[in-house]
Amino acid sequence: MGVWQSYRLRLQRQRLLARAWRKSRELRLIEDRSNGIRPNDILVFTTFRNEAVRLPFFFKYYRDLGVDHFIMVDNDSDDGGAEYAAEQPDVTLYSTKHSYRAARFGVDWLNHLQHKYAHEHWTLVVDPDELFVFPFCDTRPIRALTDWLDASAIRSFGAMLLDMYPKGAVDAEPYKKGQNPLEVACWFDSGNYSIQKNHLYYNLWIQGGPRARIFFKDEPNRAPALNKTPLVKWDRRYAFVSSTHMLLPRGLNLVYDEWGGEKASGILLHTKFLDTFTSKAREELERKQHYADGQEYKSYVAELENQPELWCKWSEKYINWRQLEILGLMSKGNWA
Amino acid sequence: MSTVGIVMLVHTALDRAEQVARVWVAGGCPVVIHVDKSVNKATFDRFKAGMSDLPDVLFSPRHRCEWGTWGLVAAAQEASELMLGKFPEVRHVYLASGSCLPLRPVKDLRDYLDARPKTDFIESATTADVPWTVGGLSEERFTLRFPFSWRQNRRLFDKYVEFQRKIRFRRKIPAGIVPHMGSQWWCLTRQTLSAILEDPDRAAYDRYFRKVWIPDESYFQTLARLYSQNIESRSLTLSKFDFQGKPHIFYDDHLQLLRRSDCFVARKIWPHANRLYDTFLNASDDAMKGTEPNPGKIDRIFARAVDRRTRGRPGLYMQSRFPNDTWENGVTSSAYSVFQGFTELFEDFEPWLARATGCRVHGHLFAPDRVEFEGRQTTFTGAVSDSAVLRDYSSIMFLRNLIWNTRGERQVFQFGPADNQKISWEIAKDPNAQISVITGAWAVPLFQSNRNFADLRAEAALLQKIESDHLVTLRSIYAKARIRIWTMAEFVEIPMEALQTVVDEITGKNVRRLTEAPRMVDLTGFGQFLQNLKNQGMHPYLMGDFPVDQAPVNLQPSPRKPYLVRK
Repeated sequence: MGVWQSYRLRLQRQRLLARAWRKSRELRLIEDRSNGIRPNDILVFTTFRNEAVRLPFFFKYYRDLGVDHFIMVDNDSDDGGAEYAAEQPDVTLYSTKHSYRAARFGVDWLNHLQHKYAHEHWTLVVDPDELFVFPFCDTRPIRALTDWLDASAIRSFGAMLLDMYPKGAVDAEPYKKGQNPLEVACWFDSGNYSIQKNHLYYNLWIQGGPRARIFFKDEPNRAPALNKTPLVKWDRRYAFVSSTHMLLPRGLNLVYDEWGGEKASGILLHTKFLDTFTSKAREELERKQHYADGQEYKSYVAELENQPELWCKWSEKYINWRQLEILGLMSKGNWA
Repeated sequence: MSTVGIVMLVHTALDRAEQVARVWVAGGCPVVIHVDKSVNKATFDRFKAGMSDLPDVLFSPRHRCEWGTWGLVAAAQEASELMLGKFPEVRHVYLASGSCLPLRPVKDLRDYLDARPKTDFIESATTADVPWTVGGLSEERFTLRFPFSWRQNRRLFDKYVEFQRKIRFRRKIPAGIVPHMGSQWWCLTRQTLSAILEDPDRAAYDRYFRKVWIPDESYFQTLARLYSQNIESRSLTLSKFDFQGKPHIFYDDHLQLLRRSDCFVARKIWPHANRLYDTFLNASDDAMKGTEPNPGKIDRIFARAVDRRTRGRPGLYMQSRFPNDTWENGVTSSAYSVFQGFTELFEDFEPWLARATGCRVHGHLFAPDRVEFEGRQTTFTGAVSDSAVLRDYSSIMFLRNLIWNTRGERQVFQFGPADNQKISWEIAKDPNAQISVITGAWAVPLFQSNRNFADLRAEAALLQKIESDHLVTLRSIYAKARIRIWTMAEFVEIPMEALQTVVDEITGKNVRRLTEAPRMVDLTGFGQFLQNLKNQGMHPYLMGDFPVDQAPVNLQPSPRKPYLVRK
């Protein structure tokens, strides 16, 4: 059984890589600065669409962490975001007008680009609305983390998605370009997450947070997955299965300890719920380019009609990574 | 010229090694550097040329230094021979690595060693007495052979060890030595070191240690025991190891800790820790005369980190801690209490219990229609929702979350056969749970309700079945909670005594006697109600033997006495 399963997963991985290669023909190279990538550089991979308002802070945040190069796919933006990204000195930009959904929500495109550029690099796969937080990120650059992971022979690093939201209506306070989105959306749910183990791929399936609490309270099994493994020492044989929730080979998904201990982990602060969210949800509902026919967006739009407030009196206000550590959302593990 | 010589083993971050070597030389210590053979020749030549202005820096023949192999010992041997040969005034040889950083002025170290001219600082303990080793190889390091690389051929390494165990293979330990182990960073006197290096049996020892596992932690540590007159079994280098046996790394944010540790040398420093290097390499020379190294605080921080990694925080379930069943080391994070049947029997049980114990008293958290948080709030600590659907989606995680979110404040909740029973086993096996059950009390609301008897009978049968299953769980030999079970008949005989025991356990022993009793519902006619159920063929047995009061119907009813409180 074990051997057969491994064999099937290997076939699946090879199929994913073949598919990524096929889908690579949809990508057009806009700006190539990849010859500036040195060995050991830390790379960020991102797909985006109409995120011009978020990109300035996004770049600043990850440059401050110590990321060396961005490899991005612009999916048909018409708000100037692609042009802005192309101007950046550390960005290699691809563009495509093809379907996000048909590329399995961008995973195929990124699998291909990672295959091409990321071999033996530490790679961080994040969306423009995700801010990566790791232990000691206020005093140590991301290279300190990746060096430590290398020394510990760890290949992948988990970071759960933590939905951030403002107090009051989602669109009450406008987000300005370049602003830290956490100034607007600084609240989160600290302890209402459910966890199940996926016995085939070994990853944990985490759900919960404000999206389960407000938008999926009647169908919690449809609530979006929050487990992510965004930081991986990439090898060209690796492939993401679905978003950054699952990887193959499946050993990479073992970012948790099963013997009672805690492995080191981080958090992706998910600043989806800004004033841009309402219009974005409507647009995405029409495009139907998201997971399960944009079911998720259907729920959002339905619920948004009632002007919901995600904030509740038990919401926690974000301070820093140490707070998340104490709350038990992430862990230092044995990194001290 | 100084009496202390530094032997540096360098693998990576050559620029940092050069900086540190310059500090040693400036402090008056000659340095012999060994550069790992896996560093390519061009890099090595550049490194060597960069230090050509320092006459007191020599380079020893290069060996390949893979972790856990003989190369490291060979490197240390040859570099030490070079040091002893070329610098005759050297009395102590200090073995350091390229990622070591002197924390105190070099003069401090020299003064310290000058005051102890006959002392060898080398951590050295017999394998039987220390639990340091990682991965189960302690004594076997010295009795098996290790021809395969642990780093590159892990599988072969393990298989070969297993094979040798199976055939009971044992190497012979050379006569006269007793294996000792310890930190590979030592500081030996010329007498001891030269005695080891010039030992007539050295060839035999070398041959033996060549195939010992991690010889750099045992070669000098063992042989020093043969010759040293005065072993101080500790390392002057501050170097902590984690549970996988790899050294903890110091970063800029450890600056204050390192400063206060008063250690001479720390290892291992992250090569990009600019602030650490800038601070300690440019430190002024005001020596802290005679202070003994005091790494206690750093020790504690790293010990806590290892504990976090290996044992974690009990009761926490999260993205990087998801223990298998029975490996949790603590199912939940803190103590909590579950009451079954009490709200049915007492009218104001929840507020009463909150007053008596000062705990957070919830209603039926697992009620079918909603989560009855204290005060019937719609969300609770951690933003846990009161939606029954969300709760039932993962009821065990709901309970774990609740207890984790409120650690520091004891939670109390009601439970009963009408509730979601999925947590039954979870609470039964949890030593943190205190479970008090009045069996059969679920019949009281039925008794008080105004419903058709046929419905009541069906419901009573169902509830009795569910509660009885729950009791089987509670009485299982695997149940680890503190469990008390009374039948309802027993309980109404001695209610205050029973309540006192439970409350005492929650608040701590014998604090005070309960001064206020909860109000028990009027049970007049309850016995008859049970009898009616029996007469219908549904035998309610969980209540115990409840007396059928007043079989003859025409007696004057006497009002029930309220329970009085004895002061």
